[in-house]
Amino acid sequence: MKVRVHVTLKDGVLDPQGKAIHRALETLGFAGVRDARQGKVIDLELACADEAGAREQVDRMCRQLLANTVIEDYTVEFV
Amino acid sequence: MKAALVLFPGTNRETDMSDALRRAGAEVVTAWHRDRELPAADLVVLPGGFSHGDYLRCGAMAARAPVMAPIVESAGRGVPVLGVCNGFQILIEAGLLPGALLRNAGLRFVCRTVHLRLERRCRLSGHLDVGDVIRVPVAHGDGNYFADSDLAARLEDEDRVVFRYVPDGRGAGNPNGSTGDIAGIINRAGNVLGMMPHPEDATGPRQQSRDALPFFQGIVESLS
Repeated sequence: MKVRVHVTLKDGVLDPQGKAIHRALETLGFAGVRDARQGKVIDLELACADEAGAREQVDRMCRQLLANTVIEDYTVEFV
Repeated sequence: MKAALVLFPGTNRETDMSDALRRAGAEVVTAWHRDRELPAADLVVLPGGFSHGDYLRCGAMAARAPVMAPIVESAGRGVPVLGVCNGFQILIEAGLLPGALLRNAGLRFVCRTVHLRLERRCRLSGHLDVGDVIRVPVAHGDGNYFADSDLAARLEDEDRVVFRYVPDGRGAGNPNGSTGDIAGIINRAGNVLGMMPHPEDATGPRQQSRDALPFFQGIVESLS
């Protein structure tokens, strides 16, 4: 089973990389960008076949390692 | 007095840290990240570097290494633990200290001398006194200490900010955007100190200052 984890900075946490990307887009002439935030995508391939079990397992992975829940949110997507 | 230096793949400040501890009179032993036990020691030190290449988040992999179990257990028993730079990042990722360390607000890797003021005395402040300002280098890309408003208020109420960046006479003192100019904090029990600047690099000849030698000497004396 393939699972995609998205890790993003929580609202209110400064994202200097997102700001730099935003400025670079403006430099390229993309004037309509209001904000840019950078996150991470982690693709996992699990041996587990049952979706509920996988969700529970990935949730624990996120809380224990993949995301720092002090500053980051995560979402889990089955692909 | 014996200090245990904990090494992870990518740790690179261990030699300076070991020199500083020895200069202050400590005997130094080392532990490796895969160890499941720590050597008997009066102080545990996590030096700086780029453990596991800073993959995922700085300190994230190291904080889940086998050696962290005995470190967390020792810290719980009151053994003093010092984490510097990447060591501070690891202590935060391991949950021994609160908050987070983000990319520097200016995005640049900052490598220069900063002025640090001791805000409170504690078991790990050595011979420094409250208000003392020491010149110590920083060298990090992810040292922007983040605390939300609740945590920031709690740290101040509980008097847990040990070191703060202060202006050095050439402009702002805060090199990385840290909340409240925080450079180092201690846990509630008062035995785990984490700080971004490198006191070990301000203790000897051919370094820009020796201001941090009394810091190490005091720690070593108090544990001898």
